[in-house]
Amino acid sequence: MGSNMAEQHPVGFQWVVEAKERGAQVIHVDPRYTRTSAIADRHVALRPGTDIAFLGGIINHILSTGSEFREYVQHFTNAPVILKEEFRDTEQLDGLFSGWQADDGLYKVESWGYRGTEGELTAGKSEQSGDVSGDQAHGAHGMKLPHGEPPEVDIELEHPMCVFQVLKRHFARYTPEEVERICGVPAQRLTAVAQALCDNSGPDRTAAICYAVGWTQHTTGVQTIRAASIIQLLLGNIGRPGGGILALRGHANIQGSTDIPTLYDILPGYIPMPHPESGDDLDRFVDDNGPDTGAWGGLDTYMTSLLKAWFGDAATEDNHFGFGWIPKIDGDHSHYAALTRMIDGRCKGFFAVGQNPVVGSANARMVRKALRSLEWLVVRDLTEVETATFWRSDAPEIEDGELRTEDIATEVFFLPAAAHTEKAGSFTNTQRLLQWRHKALEPPADCRSESWFMYHLGRRIRERLADSPLERDRPLRALTWDYPTEGPQDEPDPEAVLQEINGRHADGSFVAKYQDLKADGSTTCGSWIHAGIYADGVNQAARRKPHTEQNWIAPQWGWAWPSNRRILYNRASAKPDGTPWSERKKYVWWDADARQWTSLGDDPDFVGDRPPDYEPPEDAKGMDAIRGHTPFIVHPDGLGWLFAPSGLVDGPLPTHYEPHESPAANPLYATGVNPTRQLLDDETNPFHRSDGEAGAEAFPFVLTTYRLTEHHTAGGMSRTVAYLSELQPEPFVEVSPELAQLRGLEHAGWATIVTARSAIEARVMVTDRITPLTVDGRVVHQVGLPYHWGPNGLVKGDAANELLAQVLDLNTHISEYKSATCDVRPGRRPRGPARLALVEEYRRRGHVVRESRHDSRGGAEDG
Amino acid sequence: MSGRMRRGWRLGLPPLLRQLAGDPLGLGPAARSPRSQELRARTETADRVVQSICPYCAVGCGQKVYVKHEQVIQIEGDPDSPISRGRLCPKGAASKGLVNSPLRQTKVKYRRPHGTAWEELDLETAMDMIADRVVRTRAETWRETDEDGRPLNRTLGLAWLGGATLDTEENYLIKKLFTAAGAVSIENQARI
Repeated sequence: MGSNMAEQHPVGFQWVVEAKERGAQVIHVDPRYTRTSAIADRHVALRPGTDIAFLGGIINHILSTGSEFREYVQHFTNAPVILKEEFRDTEQLDGLFSGWQADDGLYKVESWGYRGTEGELTAGKSEQSGDVSGDQAHGAHGMKLPHGEPPEVDIELEHPMCVFQVLKRHFARYTPEEVERICGVPAQRLTAVAQALCDNSGPDRTAAICYAVGWTQHTTGVQTIRAASIIQLLLGNIGRPGGGILALRGHANIQGSTDIPTLYDILPGYIPMPHPESGDDLDRFVDDNGPDTGAWGGLDTYMTSLLKAWFGDAATEDNHFGFGWIPKIDGDHSHYAALTRMIDGRCKGFFAVGQNPVVGSANARMVRKALRSLEWLVVRDLTEVETATFWRSDAPEIEDGELRTEDIATEVFFLPAAAHTEKAGSFTNTQRLLQWRHKALEPPADCRSESWFMYHLGRRIRERLADSPLERDRPLRALTWDYPTEGPQDEPDPEAVLQEINGRHADGSFVAKYQDLKADGSTTCGSWIHAGIYADGVNQAARRKPHTEQNWIAPQWGWAWPSNRRILYNRASAKPDGTPWSERKKYVWWDADARQWTSLGDDPDFVGDRPPDYEPPEDAKGMDAIRGHTPFIVHPDGLGWLFAPSGLVDGPLPTHYEPHESPAANPLYATGVNPTRQLLDDETNPFHRSDGEAGAEAFPFVLTTYRLTEHHTAGGMSRTVAYLSELQPEPFVEVSPELAQLRGLEHAGWATIVTARSAIEARVMVTDRITPLTVDGRVVHQVGLPYHWGPNGLVKGDAANELLAQVLDLNTHISEYKSATCDVRPGRRPRGPARLALVEEYRRRGHVVRESRHDSRGGAEDG
Repeated sequence: MSGRMRRGWRLGLPPLLRQLAGDPLGLGPAARSPRSQELRARTETADRVVQSICPYCAVGCGQKVYVKHEQVIQIEGDPDSPISRGRLCPKGAASKGLVNSPLRQTKVKYRRPHGTAWEELDLETAMDMIADRVVRTRAETWRETDEDGRPLNRTLGLAWLGGATLDTEENYLIKKLFTAAGAVSIENQARI
């Protein structure tokens, strides 16, 4: 669901095809019929933005037919945990959970906790002004629980306030008929999918769910994935071979850049960025952010080792290992927040590196306005992407005559980058596997790697501040920044960086595993989850034993974090007593004779010698508090969370909300749209009215965006390649024959697609692949738009992101690319001032609105 | 039977039978000529072959990069990879075209404020200018504490976007340097 795997991850899809050949059933649930649907046993078309309703229907089917994997649910999940008396569900409060604070548009999360726990509910609790769900809550790793055990449980799952019963009541309304009304999916098709999942789960069988940005790019993105995890936990499909929820990510190292993050709210290994409350106090930070049971009980060792890796000898026990030098976050400082700060003139300098926001980020006009407001911009890329040339005459505003190049004050540096063949380093693929690339040749002329750029930029900055007496310059002066360089261009040695990421003991030897890290400053480690990637002095990511010479787990090809573990939570592949669920699905089990967990060849994700019947002592902390039968060791209770007591800003359970711009009203609740959604306010970012409001009829169709096999996201790596440009030379818009007739669109002719943000043109493709859906008795037409073109490249065309608004999921600050509303007209778009005039006319007719929600402009009055 | 005779025997069969007889493409002599007999894959004469990984999506297909005269002359799937087993998709298979793209830029370019065209700039000079701007902007926008006097030690005055197309080690250096510099708006494609 939410993925077109055959076209977007074709080589990964070979495994789906192979599974099908061996008898697996393949089901594709997606608004469009694609090559994935063509191979699937079954394709179900649903309206964009209604995935939670569909998944909710599956959950309801499982629970109402008693199809859950009972023993797994009882022992491995928090189904038996009894919740607080005061918890209220959306079914009771018409679309809101208990704790809603209308004034600030956020939840107080106290009532979402386990019964018998108080106060310290969420990690980072003090960082959210008490216990309010804020936009930092997703750094949370769980609450504090004495010896890691929920205080009150009913293992029979019958107590009315136990998670299992709450879940049952919450999803009871997601009947096949209600799902049909919301999603436009005939009731019997939902039931058939749900039954197929149930039939293919249990001790002998497993089912997997794959998703991609078709799930994340919504105002309900995180909760959609939560809904999938509820299904997979209920059916016992997590931690077992052939199971799981698999995120199909779209960039070669998007996983690596999340694990060792270029993200504002986390440090390497998902350690939260600190908040002002922690001050300079490392102990306070650890206390606020680490549940003291489970794998996060080691946060003090992970954080201290990181600080030692960064600040070396300058990090001492007396100065809390330099903890105070880490900058503090106190709001949304994400990419979109930074764009609004640029528009306000408070963010003055910007680096865009191997990324092209003018085509890739939502609302291109708003992005270009932000770039025009900068003092300076540095773009590093292989080619002149649109972000580097936003000031040129082919930018839409300049082409349309709204402004002139001479009026733009931004200073722009373009630095050519090295290609993947011209530098060594690792990519982390979508399954957490790090694979080392060897360098094939030197980059030409001025082209350089980002390692080179960062190392030499850092060197220059440090030189300029070397004699600074200012406290703010201390961390830069104390920073360990002495990497050995090599070759004609003084390239820093990437293997030396990998060694720092791995970490060392005081004697210089390499750390072998994260469990060896210390909180006393005697170990260094740049990313605790990567400890062991350089174990024994060997670059484990560079291992290349052919798959033909090892078993199917292939543990000697590359290295997966943590500890080269290929399936996470794999202790769940054995029963609570440690024996395999079945011979067919045997993976990790307890060897009673050797008193060890053992496996088919993977690293058991558990304490190696912990017997299945282990019960922790009263004062147990860290991994000592993980009971012998609970596989989910990163949670403080070791359980899989059907109900999430912490970590989410918009509720402990997923529930159906309409997209921010929708042609349909929410039949379930008065609170029809995610109440915590984030709306950024700018004159370039007006929103449409939704169904039932005056003006909604101006934008009557659902707009969804997607990618093509022959192109790569914002196009910088594909519109510049001759073969790919020839294969997909220009943008097109997919419409059904019915919509084509309704709007007078001709196949292979031109169409103009209009939203309140802009109007673009594309060739018309009339196709049955995209179908009108009957939603609550009305026909809803869909418009599909691929997402790759811009004014530059070997092939050119209007960019889809011109049309989209910046409206975000507050959990992630990811924009709703997958479901907006629009109008479609025959013919090419107007040129010059006429384009904006057309958009203005639509804005008037559509009664469009500007609105600000959680638009903190990126924190206090900085700058 | 000599090798030559066996080949002759197979080529004389109709296509379907030729396939069954061990000529998997079933093309027979029709596809052969003296010239084609002498053709050699350029991969055979490469100076070196380097194991790499595809730079497009996150499946992580293995690539073999063939280099001759310090030019990438071919990129193929790596049959040793347990992930891709030698396969590449249209993008991965076209990645020689990426590294050798006619649009590839190899020189630094500079657009001065209000400028209407690119200008040339020396790489070292550009690096110095960028370092100066980071130091200046950081100083101008530095925030020591919040309204309640609690430490912030940061700047929101400069931002970064990019990382998903870069190496893990590069992401580490980016996060490390900018965190030490107090810059927190450091973001990448994972936010998109």
